[in-house]
Amino acid sequence: MTEPQQQPAKTAIQIRNLNFYYGKFQGLKNINLDIVEHMVTAFIGPSGCGKSTLLRALNRMYSLYPGQRAEGEINFYGQNILAPEQDLNLLRARIGMVFQKPTPFPMSIYDNIAFGVRLYENLSKGEMDERVEWALTKTALWNEAKDKLNQSGLALSGGQQQRLCIARSVAVKPSVILLDEPTSALDPISTAKIEELVHELKSEYTVAIVTHNMQQAARVSDFTAYMYIGEMVEYGKTDQLFIKPQKQETEDYITGRFG
Amino acid sequence: MNQNIYRKRVFTNRIGLTLSMLAMAMGLFVLLWIMFILFKNGFQALDYNLFFKSTPAPGSAGGGLANAIVGSLMLVGFATLISTPIGILAGIYLAEYGDHSKTAEVTRFMTDIMLSAPSIVLGLFVYAIMVAQFKHFSGWAGTVALSLIAIPVVLRTTENMLRLVPGSLREAAFALGAPRWKVATMVTLRAAKSGVVTGLLLALARISGETAPLLFTALNNQFFSLDMNAPMSNLPVVIFQFALSPYEDWVRLAWGGALLITLTVLVLNILARVFFRDKISA
Amino acid sequence: MSTSPADSGMLDQRELDLVNQQNKAFMNPTPSDSGMLDQRRLDVGRKQHFQDFLFHKLTMSFSLIVLVSLIGIIASLAVVAWPALQKFGVGFIWRIEWDIVNEEFGAAIAIFGTLASATIAILIAMPLSFGIALFLTETCPAWLRRPLGTAIELLAAVPSIIYGMFGLFVFAPLFAEYGQPALQSTLGQMPLIGPLFGGAMNGIGILAAGLILAFMILPFIAAVMRDVFEIVPSILRESAYGLGCTTWEVVRHIVLPYTQQGVIGGVMLGLGRALGETMAVTFVIGNSQRISASLFSPGSSIASTLANEFGEAADMHLSTLFALGLLLFVITFFVLAGAKILIIRTERAKGAKT
Repeated sequence: MTEPQQQPAKTAIQIRNLNFYYGKFQGLKNINLDIVEHMVTAFIGPSGCGKSTLLRALNRMYSLYPGQRAEGEINFYGQNILAPEQDLNLLRARIGMVFQKPTPFPMSIYDNIAFGVRLYENLSKGEMDERVEWALTKTALWNEAKDKLNQSGLALSGGQQQRLCIARSVAVKPSVILLDEPTSALDPISTAKIEELVHELKSEYTVAIVTHNMQQAARVSDFTAYMYIGEMVEYGKTDQLFIKPQKQETEDYITGRFG
Repeated sequence: MNQNIYRKRVFTNRIGLTLSMLAMAMGLFVLLWIMFILFKNGFQALDYNLFFKSTPAPGSAGGGLANAIVGSLMLVGFATLISTPIGILAGIYLAEYGDHSKTAEVTRFMTDIMLSAPSIVLGLFVYAIMVAQFKHFSGWAGTVALSLIAIPVVLRTTENMLRLVPGSLREAAFALGAPRWKVATMVTLRAAKSGVVTGLLLALARISGETAPLLFTALNNQFFSLDMNAPMSNLPVVIFQFALSPYEDWVRLAWGGALLITLTVLVLNILARVFFRDKISA
Repeated sequence: MSTSPADSGMLDQRELDLVNQQNKAFMNPTPSDSGMLDQRRLDVGRKQHFQDFLFHKLTMSFSLIVLVSLIGIIASLAVVAWPALQKFGVGFIWRIEWDIVNEEFGAAIAIFGTLASATIAILIAMPLSFGIALFLTETCPAWLRRPLGTAIELLAAVPSIIYGMFGLFVFAPLFAEYGQPALQSTLGQMPLIGPLFGGAMNGIGILAAGLILAFMILPFIAAVMRDVFEIVPSILRESAYGLGCTTWEVVRHIVLPYTQQGVIGGVMLGLGRALGETMAVTFVIGNSQRISASLFSPGSSIASTLANEFGEAADMHLSTLFALGLLLFVITFFVLAGAKILIIRTERAKGAKT
């Protein structure tokens, strides 16, 4: 057996001293964190702990809303994306995001996927067809959707819609995919499919997932961060964090003794 | 004693509610009455001649409203073509960019006033800037006047409908790296499509029956004409002139035109509501 | 937290190595992400920014059309009206003269007609639309709410000229035969207001115009009232019902005080409409440039004067008509602005309280 070349694990996103404000309210307090390339990093914690806020800082989604601002540094492969000159569209094309509720666009399944691709690439019809098939295959939706590519995305079931949204993100070939509680609106079977998908995705993408389901974090992630009221309480390898948490608070939360 | 007070209260309540029901009945009665009168007087005028002959010369019998119908269609058609893109794009501005802008806030406020502003004054305005400058009444002047009435309607409905689109859809589009203009035109506008169509239909209904501003702009033309640079015949003004004329035939034509206009306007209104209901249930 | 979060967040090398070993399979030798700096993408990004900029300015300029036309209206009307304004001065407003031959004009007759017909319309439409809004929000069975609400809205959709024809050909004869004699024999006999209902009874005139106007503005007032009535928090309603209040008492003592401003706003909106309404009024007001004590007598409003005389007007006459138009626009502007502010305030109050 030949040992593959030893690669040092790379940090895709490096968060340093991140503070986040909703107007005067501080939503995140001095967050420091490394998100490792090609790994799944999960963020857990009670509602309002800031896990979604943190995720939305990573693609600067908050910039849509005046009054929300972030201080500190978020280095994406060495480039500080909090810098004012950062091009947000390009950033978001590199760091995709999937939301809590499925958000298919009011267009056909095909166009849902082609929409994002067309933004930055000039593909021929054939190439686009290939890309759409590739993205749908990747999200295990191809067999279900191949005969109704021209139907509205809204015609799919909730779980299928969510996979369509993931396919849409994947299709533009980002390097990071952010998942904001992607299964909270879905039934258990759809949830299982999405989780499986997350596992597949990390071979090519860096994945960050917010969930309030601890079992889910344990199942899908390599690293887990436990947050509480805007602070990062504990961060480490998922197995270690769940089996042998370093902090009492983390243990309380994980074992359900919390609150 | 206590019984008495209570009885009095129940009595007052019954009186109040009965009166409110009567008010409702009265509103309905007037609507039905108007419709009845229109059908009674207008239906007999709806014949082949009405649609295919032009307005008769003073005193002569016969004739129809062909020139006025075509003129109205042209005026309203062009006004729709002008006001649709302007109203929709302006509505996009207020909905997508207008949250923290003073200009947008002022525009919104003034648009609401323009929605109810006297249309006759808009006619005066267009007269001053177009008819008086070019020294003649014209179809184009009428079109501009109607557009000015339609734009606020389209604008505000578009804005309101875009605001009903969930923010998550907008965020999802942004999350793919889409620039704002693509998010607005390809995602949110599309999602609000049926609501925007509602606005267009309402605007269409509104300008179809407008008379006052056309008196000063398109005026009237006794003959069949497609020339937008010349005075143009149109249903409302013809109805106005014919209804107040001493000739029986003219009054009959006026009723025919009145029925035509009202049916158009009511159908457009009902269509608009059907579209909007689809939007709500979707 | 007791320890600095920094400690828990960053991975040390040992951890990273561990990760490495466990995930060898996934560790394809991908280069670090360079997609963001890819020249082609940067170009596309730049192009998009430019398009965004254009789109922003384009939509903004379209929305400014409304503002520009508003200013344009005032400016152009003022320019054409200038000779008349200069000649007659502020006194124009209360001058009663309307002599086309000698070019002596005053706005008082038209202003009186406008205000009188609009006031009558409001006095009639206010209780009616209150009743309709009350019925639609409180007593109407749910399944009838939509069709009845739509019917009332359709009343607003009927073109003004139709109301005019209806008023002149149908309503006026009936009003002359039954309405006016009845009014004259009752209200006309009372002291003080008696003279308002005197004189010839031919069905048209200021009162008839006010009545027709009432039904035209009723749907607008009713719609606003219905909307603001629905703003009242159900907890307020319920607690009043809980005390044993009747529907009427709840509306009278809870809903109306709570929505007072919005209701007034709705009435003002109706007033704004009534002031500027043209065609319906032109048909039934009688079009006479006189002021009379009786509401039965013909008169004219600003809008009806414009509609009637514009065709033959020239020079000073035309300028005067523009002055009337300007006056009408300014009056309605303030009435509508006041209405809008009151309605916005009511709706904001709802935002703050829920």
